[in-house]
Amino acid sequence: MSAALHEMTLAMQARALAGGACSAVELAEHHLARVERLNGTLNALLAVGADEALAAARDADARLAGKGEAPGPLTGVPIVHKDIFCTSALPTTCGSRMLDGYVSPFEATVVKRLREAGTVLLGKANMDEFAMGSSNENSFFGPVANPWDTSCVPGGSSGGSAAAVAARLVPAATGTDTGGSIRQPAAFCGLTGLKPTYGRVSRHGMIAFASSLDQGGPLARTAEDCAHLLRAMAGFDPHDATSSTREVPDYAAHLELPLAGLRIGVPREFFAEGLDTTVGDAVHAALGELERGGATLVDVSLPHQRHGIAAYYIVAPAEASSNLSRFDGVRFGYRCDDPADMEDLYERSRTEGFGPEVKRRILIGTYALSAGYYDAYYRKAMQVRRLISDDFARAFTEVDVIAGPTTPTPAFAHGAMDDPIAMYLNDLYTVSASLCGLPAMSLPCGFAGALPVGLQLIGQPFDEGRLLGVAHRLQASSDWHERVPEAFERASDTERQGEERARS
Amino acid sequence: MSWETVIGLEIHAQLATRSKIFSGASTAFGAEPNTQVSVVDLGLPGALPVVNGEAVRMAVAFALATGAEIGLHSAFARKNYFYPDLPKGYQISQMSYPIVGSGEIEVPLGDGRTKRVGLTRAHLEEDAGKSVHDAWPGATGIDLNRAGTPLLEIVSEPDMRSASEAVAYARHVHALVRWIGICDGNMQEGSFRCDANVSVRERGSNTLGTRTEIKNLNSFRFLERAVDFEVERQIDLLESGGAVVQETRLYDPERDETRAMRSKEEANDYRYFPDPDLPPLRIDESFVASVRERLPELPAVRRARLIEAHGLTDEEATALTRERAFAEYVETMLETPGVSGRAAANWVLGELFAQLNREGTAIGNAPLGPARLAALVARVEDGTVSNRTAKDVFETLWNDPSSSADDVIEREGLRQISDGSELEGMIDEVLAAHPAQVADYRAGKEKLLGFFVGQLMKASGGKANPGELNRLLRERLGRG
Repeated sequence: MSAALHEMTLAMQARALAGGACSAVELAEHHLARVERLNGTLNALLAVGADEALAAARDADARLAGKGEAPGPLTGVPIVHKDIFCTSALPTTCGSRMLDGYVSPFEATVVKRLREAGTVLLGKANMDEFAMGSSNENSFFGPVANPWDTSCVPGGSSGGSAAAVAARLVPAATGTDTGGSIRQPAAFCGLTGLKPTYGRVSRHGMIAFASSLDQGGPLARTAEDCAHLLRAMAGFDPHDATSSTREVPDYAAHLELPLAGLRIGVPREFFAEGLDTTVGDAVHAALGELERGGATLVDVSLPHQRHGIAAYYIVAPAEASSNLSRFDGVRFGYRCDDPADMEDLYERSRTEGFGPEVKRRILIGTYALSAGYYDAYYRKAMQVRRLISDDFARAFTEVDVIAGPTTPTPAFAHGAMDDPIAMYLNDLYTVSASLCGLPAMSLPCGFAGALPVGLQLIGQPFDEGRLLGVAHRLQASSDWHERVPEAFERASDTERQGEERARS
Repeated sequence: MSWETVIGLEIHAQLATRSKIFSGASTAFGAEPNTQVSVVDLGLPGALPVVNGEAVRMAVAFALATGAEIGLHSAFARKNYFYPDLPKGYQISQMSYPIVGSGEIEVPLGDGRTKRVGLTRAHLEEDAGKSVHDAWPGATGIDLNRAGTPLLEIVSEPDMRSASEAVAYARHVHALVRWIGICDGNMQEGSFRCDANVSVRERGSNTLGTRTEIKNLNSFRFLERAVDFEVERQIDLLESGGAVVQETRLYDPERDETRAMRSKEEANDYRYFPDPDLPPLRIDESFVASVRERLPELPAVRRARLIEAHGLTDEEATALTRERAFAEYVETMLETPGVSGRAAANWVLGELFAQLNREGTAIGNAPLGPARLAALVARVEDGTVSNRTAKDVFETLWNDPSSSADDVIEREGLRQISDGSELEGMIDEVLAAHPAQVADYRAGKEKLLGFFVGQLMKASGGKANPGELNRLLRERLGRG
């Protein structure tokens, strides 16, 4: 084996495990050693469960050796879950003081399915508190560094997941996306990340931010990896009334999609004011590559796109203000010291337990739903949501997928966005697909200086297979996804020794 | 000044599903605190509600039973407020699109008259938990067993004009939900409770006065007294130049008064919005048809049949259709040949109900079932036993569930003597033994008839058929 274990993609690791080229225990040990060595710089992972991971890896090896349960497609592959997914072995904090040390009595459907598919859980990934943020600076457990430039943010809210995969602490991670929380960190960290169609992946056990928008999805290095992960994560769940009963296709079988005849819509609104030129150039270059591969680029318009941010920042906080009411200090989570009475218990538990961005959104959402304001804000936002959906539906009568930048700019420096509105504008291109429940992904398509740039693909409902296919074609003819942040490329001497020992 | 009372009721009927409205936890009453809670009922992070199809079926059954509109597209909404026994910080309810729309209920007032009460809507919602304030000094306990229990909130129009009409309406709805099996109606356990919206206005006025809402009335008596108190309070206020304040009040049965709980100004802004965890509820015609198929025959239909086909009085038929089990008991009795509707009704409303009351037994658990009772009634009707004797047989049948009327009559020799020649022989003997009385009778002292009957009953050991005996005796005495 020539490549160090962490240099392999998830699919390569799965093949190596199946072929006996390495063991699950080796993979777990190797990646745990990298976590040990590198996570201090990144703060990408919160809880790390080394003992549990090694036990799961031994179990995976037994399965691979034909003992016990038959191995799944991902048996033995290490993974981390965003700390928004409830796990029963490790705490689930959602990046908040409110849930510091909280251990869920049940596990999320996504966690269960990926465990049953054989993945080995190494730990939980840092995130913006309650998934509210675009920089991972809103975590109670501290910010996360971008492996490409540790002075920059990794994006958010799935910033810990993205940094962990980009730094090769793990080949893949789960994330959640409410208005761009998978796609934006994927773009900032040079990864491939997919937000599935609303309802494709169960939300059971995924702590709610904005229930009508939240979707779990994979963050990995390639479209192929995402295809394997999504196949394992997706599917109807009787515990989630919004999950779809539609059959889950074998996404990996969709990867060899011919580009010839494919119509790619390029919305002019995605290239208007606000877009960084280096980002725009990289995206245009990638679109040109797809065109050379046989696809047709079609100019389309999404006239209501410009209202997306406004609508999103009413609908999402409105739902959040209600979803986060359960964090009241009564049954679980943070409780203030010596409450004087019930009001005091509520007020101080929530004042002390939530961070500033969460409080801001609860206030915005509460306001938007209040008597006298509901029609002007919430109802209006829902109408805008419908108009944006109509725009997409119209565009999809002419094209198969829509493509554009994932973010207006590459990753920015820690502390650079001190104005919440400027921060919200990061979601300019991602919120629309969320508002409409459409599948969307980001994949690396170039660099702006040392920082990766993401290409966003948006599809029709349940057309994840086609998105993955387009991404795979681009990845077959480019190497953006193979770039590694220099500081995190090499194996340490100990890791190398470990591998040599394992191989001999 | 003459005042008119205006009352509308919101009835919370707990639906008799086995599990909760949005989780699989049991709804059984009386378990240890916090033992019947799932992660959904606790409002744990990541837990999601999934609607219980049985609760939907029951709501549709209510719509069918009342003829109200069925909301084929209904939706759940969140009612947001903080309270420790409300785990999620919101209650899942229905707001703009209830599962049951408007309708009208014809309420019997008990005196032969009926009153039409408009139904505004009925919607599904989850119950909250319970706060236990008296178990620990200085602390409140929370029991979430009730959290997530399905409720159907049945909202009436302000159509009632007196406390007694309100009670008649509540009783009628109570009987109906029990009849169709969607609510056990147990008011002590809180399975059926009312909020009363009460206002008064000058008689003849078309505008509504300012109302107060009296919450959580869990008996018909409390409903009646609370409304009466509140009406009087409001009239006193208005007549002394004051004004009614729109507020929520509580009835205190100890003091028999209502007290302000919170005013409109203090009321929460519930910030209703569609619950994004629950897709709109779509009900199709085939689902409605399947509910209709399982719906028992309604009380009004049975009542009409008991009157028209079986000759019962309006009063009897109303009493026998107060509960489905009563009606079923009587109608089962009527399957036995030789049992008339009147006789069956008399026995059930008289002897059987008295016995059930004495023993504190529900009709469904009575040791004397309808077929066995019917066999006895048939023997009364065909003259085999007297009514008096039959009451003794009833006792035996009640106490010995393996016995049958015919066996008891035979074994104990209770068959009455109806045979003409046998009775005539006995009459001859008695008249021969009392010539003076016979003479007196014939001279006009007709009340001596009772004397002869007594003598004859004694002679027959109580077995003489009294009707036949009377007839023959009169005939014999009249003949001279």
